[in-house]
Amino acid sequence: MNEPLLQVKNLCTSFNVDSGEVRAVNGISFNLDKGKVLGIVGESGSGKSVTAYSIMRILVEPGRITGGQILFNGEDIVQYSKKQMREFRGKRVSIIFQDPMTSLNPVYTIGNQLREAILLHTDRNHEQANARALEMLQLVGVNEPEKRLKQYPHELSGGMRQRVMIAMALACEPDILIADEPTTALDVTIQAQILELMQSLQKKMGMAIIMITHDLGVIADMCDEIIVMYAGRICERGTADEIFYNPRHEYTKGLLRSIPRLDAGHTRLIPIAGSPVDLTNMPKGCAFASRCDNCMKICLSELPEELDINDFHKASCWMNVKQVYDEAAAEKEADSK
Amino acid sequence: MSEYLLEVKDLKQHFPIRTGWFSSKPLKAVDGVSFEIKPGETLGLVGESGCGKTTVGRTILHLYKPTSGEIIYNGQQITPQNIHNFRQEMQIVFQDPYSSLNPRMTVSDIVGEPLDIHKLYGTKGERADRINELLRLVGLNSDHARRYAHEFSGGQRQRIGIARALAVNPKFIVCDEPVSALDVSIQAQVINTFEDLQEKLGIAYLFIAHDLLVVKHISQRIAVMYLGRIVEIADADEVIAHPMHPYTQSLISAIPIPDPNTARTRQRIPLEGDVPSPLNMPSGCAFRTRCRYATERCAQECPGLTEIGPGHRIACWNPHE
Repeated sequence: MNEPLLQVKNLCTSFNVDSGEVRAVNGISFNLDKGKVLGIVGESGSGKSVTAYSIMRILVEPGRITGGQILFNGEDIVQYSKKQMREFRGKRVSIIFQDPMTSLNPVYTIGNQLREAILLHTDRNHEQANARALEMLQLVGVNEPEKRLKQYPHELSGGMRQRVMIAMALACEPDILIADEPTTALDVTIQAQILELMQSLQKKMGMAIIMITHDLGVIADMCDEIIVMYAGRICERGTADEIFYNPRHEYTKGLLRSIPRLDAGHTRLIPIAGSPVDLTNMPKGCAFASRCDNCMKICLSELPEELDINDFHKASCWMNVKQVYDEAAAEKEADSK
Repeated sequence: MSEYLLEVKDLKQHFPIRTGWFSSKPLKAVDGVSFEIKPGETLGLVGESGCGKTTVGRTILHLYKPTSGEIIYNGQQITPQNIHNFRQEMQIVFQDPYSSLNPRMTVSDIVGEPLDIHKLYGTKGERADRINELLRLVGLNSDHARRYAHEFSGGQRQRIGIARALAVNPKFIVCDEPVSALDVSIQAQVINTFEDLQEKLGIAYLFIAHDLLVVKHISQRIAVMYLGRIVEIADADEVIAHPMHPYTQSLISAIPIPDPNTARTRQRIPLEGDVPSPLNMPSGCAFRTRCRYATERCAQECPGLTEIGPGHRIACWNPHE
């Protein structure tokens, strides 16, 4: 059997703050296969970034993993020591962040920062590391790479800095690249450049990508599989086509209805009512129930289980259960007639 | 009286940047922008960061003193001397709902401040009634009036900002990226609020944003800016369906479309390189360094806005379909 590269099993991450325990990630499980692009989409506070930070084990205090496993090639990295994690990060799994302005160190040159990762994780000497840094900059399409190696981050534009971040993340050929809102801070045309670059590098180097974003457009463009998160839980998952053309969770449906379309004439947007749920005060049932148009009694009291819609699609919504019952009832009626 | 509510003619806004002890150099944030807005109309202003779209919005309201150019409201020219007479007519909603509301003021103080300044009420009771009316108008309720800004979510704060702008019954509002700090589901709520208010009160908007999907949705006409100049202006559908300026074409082809089938089949028109520094602008057309069709003429002369169809103007020497 082919084991997935990364298995996240029932992961829980909490932040203990004054007002109580914030369960930012509340028992999520997913698999990532080699060379696949997985998209995690959700609004602010849905726990998508915390999921990424948990996998990298770079949670900021008071955040900690309170339960579950993260298996990388069968090994549970939650149990790794600090030293093991240092070796794991950058070499096996790399991350690029949203803001390329703040994720590079302003007092070191680009070359210095690129070499650091290479020297740490490979047995290249200084000169070879320099050559590798140059090669990486060329690969990510930075113009005049020799000159850039000697420059500081503030001398580069936002798009260039994000390219440098990608070069740094990929310098040691990781198996997984986590991209946490990699293009949110960039302009549309630069965003298109960076997404195209990530796609071509993915084909060339064959790493798996976890793409975290709130932008459904970016997800549609990039991903094989999509996970939709709301309030720390996965509400729906499936292939891109299934999620966009056959959404089966009320939240996903609402999201897709609320974005303006380019091709459509002027139709009124249908927003999702209410505001995001308060994570310190989570409701007993489905977290989305208070904003849902089709909320039923059971939604308020019980958490919906994940139901298989088909081979490529799962959703946690009571509406699907209701549909199954309704269909069965309709069939019975037809039979009795 | 002209048919336009607001006319902007050859507006320039240069900021001096110090280059030495006694020398400075102008940063041409806005360099000759002209457009008109009819009463009750929405003009979308799009462009990438640094193109000067926010500066245009602020200069119209004289939050910056314009370097040169004319701003004509309802047939009257606005000058630094008479801008106070227009403050009741023109308002602004800012991008960041977190920093644009004073954390020490209650919602009723925030919304009531413009009423105080312009003395728009007789008694205290009238003031309270007006505040409640405004809050209801933007989808909040009167219970909210006594709370502070930090007690609200992003979308609700933006509504408070809108209520404050509406307090003086303006006829024109500059909306400076009012939804870009909000989540997708909340964004739609606020966009609908803007549309409802326009329908009800007949307000004209200058809607500044970088998200073309949003701008296309809310605007009747769209102006595209690049490095301080408008490169294309036309009806919203026309700009999206038949962009004629090479920059607009690239911009539209780069919009991430939330539809996997379209995303797979779509041809992008990639733009090479980055935006040049506005301190060191290329000669002639500012876009020529990244343009696929650039010729020698583009380096020598700067193209002006010329009409190529009904209401469709572009600034380009050799437009391609």
